[in-house]
This record gives sequence, structure tokens and C-alpha cells, in this order.
Amino acid sequence: MTARQIPAPIVTVESEPFWNAARQGRFVVPTCAACGKTHWYPRAVCPFCGAKNIEWRAASGRATIYSFSVMRRVKEPYAIAYVTLAEGPTMLTNMVDCDFDALHIGQAVRVAFGETENGPPVPLFRPV
Amino acid sequence: MTINGKTYIAGAFEHPTRHAPDKSVAQLHAEVALGALADAGLARDDVDGYFCAGDAPGPGPASMAEYLNLAKLRHVDATELGGASYVALAGHAAAAIALGQCDVALITLAGRPRSEGMATGTTPRLRDPNQPEAGFEFPYGLTTANGYAMCAMRHMHQYGTTSEQLAWIKVAASHHAQHNPNAMLPEIVTVADVVASPLIADPLHRLDCCVISDGGGALVIVRPEIAKSLRRPLVKIIGAGETVKHLAGGTFDLTTSGAARSGSAAFAEAGVEPADIKYASIYDSFTITVLIQIEDLGFCAKGAGGRFVSDGNLISGIGKLPFNTDGGGLCNNHPANRGGMTKVIEAVRQLRGEAHPAVQVKNCDLALAQGTGMQLGTRHCSATLILERE
Repeated sequence: MTARQIPAPIVTVESEPFWNAARQGRFVVPTCAACGKTHWYPRAVCPFCGAKNIEWRAASGRATIYSFSVMRRVKEPYAIAYVTLAEGPTMLTNMVDCDFDALHIGQAVRVAFGETENGPPVPLFRPV
Repeated sequence: MTINGKTYIAGAFEHPTRHAPDKSVAQLHAEVALGALADAGLARDDVDGYFCAGDAPGPGPASMAEYLNLAKLRHVDATELGGASYVALAGHAAAAIALGQCDVALITLAGRPRSEGMATGTTPRLRDPNQPEAGFEFPYGLTTANGYAMCAMRHMHQYGTTSEQLAWIKVAASHHAQHNPNAMLPEIVTVADVVASPLIADPLHRLDCCVISDGGGALVIVRPEIAKSLRRPLVKIIGAGETVKHLAGGTFDLTTSGAARSGSAAFAEAGVEPADIKYASIYDSFTITVLIQIEDLGFCAKGAGGRFVSDGNLISGIGKLPFNTDGGGLCNNHPANRGGMTKVIEAVRQLRGEAHPAVQVKNCDLALAQGTGMQLGTRHCSATLILERE
């Protein structure tokens, strides 16, 4: 079975620092310097307190599966998932390097960057 | 200020087609507009308010207003809330009429995804590169089907909901669709049929998904004096609510929907309780959509939806909450991939006593129409409408 090709993410002026870090293999998460909370997806204005001083902090890469679904009705089945980061927020991703039938909610997972078609790598997750 | 009792739905029309390769989208809009006006006993020149959403060709209401040659417009509204739009627009029309901004409001919906060969539910779609979340969602292959599937997976984990319980929702819809000569899927199915159908996105099977159909529908909403001058049963708008539910910076619960907020607003305005509702049209893009909205509207406790929908509890004449007696999006029609319009139309039929006799709810004097637009698994719009027969 060949793996599904991941399209390149759209990089905006707002998200560029995230993707630059990803190119260096670093998983960073946007954290508000004012209220201390980490949010997802990344934005320049804190969705919790409205402050504009968002810092990109190195994340642990540890997470647990919040929910997932294996897309069956395609040539190359893939697993979409929401994972809750150790830093707080829950983010959308794909589960890779795993037995799809063994995936379960609450499972411990860790970040693993995956290549995209002519774009920066995107954060994927694999079981610990 | 309330909209309760300020307006009536005088005209409702559902296009009989489910496959329209020979018609344009504008033509379908025009056919349903004329159908609803004829149903009301009104003419095009009576229309002074026009309401449409993203399915109308061109930006906003201008192209369709011109195609229909609406010459007396003094109020327009092109609020785009996905499939929930038409439930919300009925509330907007009621508000506009209550404020004196128009007297006769026309709402149209039409589209032809079936003829255009759209793989609606299983293909990732990038709608607008300026959507701030696009870079963090599109690469992962988020589709309509697997987004809703993650809601179902989480609901099962959190509350013990089963595939068999979800299947009961499709079973109930199929029992109703058998009486609808226009339904795309008029065959009765069983729980076993649903769970034996191929998995699309775990845990949703093919028969957990709605149909893809061409067609459309329209509504005409009017001031009380006009409604009472027409020869149609009086269907009064008594409550409306709308909201957006989203991922809240990454702090969300996939087992709840915007129906919790739009529903409680509509119930409060109407001054009625969920237990008073005799018939409910519940948006049914997937079986899980129905289950979550039923809980959020207060028909049962959160997490109890699986037990509530089982054993035919949604089947007219058998269960406590007859739903989608036209067969719904699951079996009948989901024109333009937007089910809100047909939800309101079937509620109007029930209140008029014009549903199919085999599914007509006895003494149906209070009905609810619930719409959920866009993606339950990320961000969606919700609209609730409560209607009363006078």
C-alpha cells in the first residue's frame, strides 16, 4: 500500500514562522506571552485574551488521541485525527506508521514530521 | 422585540426533481420560487424581500433577483450559513417583516451537485485560501465524511453510543421515505443493512450518509394580514435562533453542536419546551448529525441519544419524536448539499396536515426545524425555527 501524498500547506504571513521551524524539524506552538495559554491553529491574536504578543515555543511533541477516523473510501486509506497536545490545545493531524485497526482514543502519540508535495513538512503523529 | 407571532409561512415548495442534468441552477431557483408563490397564492410582483445563500448563482442576491425580474425589492439578505442558511433565513425574514422592512419575503435554494458529479463527502475541498485555518487542515485530508466521523467516534467513546443505535436513525428515515414518490432511496432498510454497508470513514457506513441530489425548494413568508387573506392553513413563526460553533482555539467538545445555543434561543422566544414539539425536522447529513442535535435541542439528555433514537422512536405513528417524515436527507433529498430548506418545508407540510397520510402526525400543532451547516467536526452554523399551526 502506498501512502497518501500530502498536499503542501498554504503558508501565510501569519503562519510563516511555524512552517520555517517545521523545515528545521522543530515543532513549535503559539503561546500567548500575556495569558500564558497555547492555542491552535496558530494565529497572531490570542483567541483567549486578545493580546498580540504571541511567542513560538518549542513543544514537547507529546499528545493523546482525542478522536480519529480512517478514511476507507479512497485508493490510499488514511487516518485523520484530533490529538490533544501536552501543552493544552487539540489539533488536527494524520496518524502514520501505525496499524489503523489498533488506533484508539486516549492513545499516547508523538509528533513526526511528514513530507508534503513541494511544501514544508507538516506535523503528523505516530503511536509512542 | 420578538418575532413570535409576527409572520406566517404562506408558501412552501420542494422541487420534485432529484436529477436535473437538463436544467441550470438559476432555472431551478426560478422554478422553486414560482412554485412557492403559487402555493401561497401570490405573484412575483408581491415579493418585496428576497433571501438566498451561497448556492444562488453569482455573489449575493443580484443575479437571481434579475433572473426572476423581481422589481419591487426593498429588502435583501444573502447570509451564508451552509445548509443551515434557509432555516436561519426564515428567521431573518420574520425579523425583517416584523421591522416593516418587507411584507412578502421569498427564500430560494437550488443546486445540482449530482449532475455535476461532485464527490461531495469524500474529497478534501479548499474553499478559500484566505481561511486562516486552511494551512492546518487541508493537508490532512479533512473531508465532510471523516470530519463528522470523528464526532461519531468521540460520541461512541464518551457515551457508549453504538453503530446499531446510529443505524436506527437511517431505519426511521427509510420507513418515511417509502411513502414519498420522489425519494431517492424509497426502500426500507434494517439496522443490519446499515451496519453491513461499506465503511466510508470509521465509524460511518455508506448508509449513515445522506444522498447527493439535484433540486431545490422555496418559502414565502408574509405579514399576518396577508397570510389571513390567503387560502392556506396558517403556519406561524414563533421562535428562531442561530449561532456558530467552532474549535475555540483548540478547546472543543466534538459531541456537542451549535443546536444547544440556537435551540435554547428558539425555545425561549417561542415560550415552549422540547416536550411540547409534535414533529421535528432534524438536519441529517449523517446519522450522527441527527443524534447530536436531538441531544442538544433537549429532546433527551446529552449522551442518551443512542438509546433515544433506538427501536423506532423517530418513526411517525410508532415513536415519541416523529422526525423527517419526507425521508430527510438520508433517504429523500439533499438539494445542493444543503438540507435546511427541505427541513422547513416538511415541517410546514406537517403543520398544514399535508404530509403523506401514512406519516402525518395527528393534531400536529407545534413543529421544529433544525439546520446544521458546514462541518460538525470543525466549525458549523446552526439555526433553529419553531412553528405553530394557528
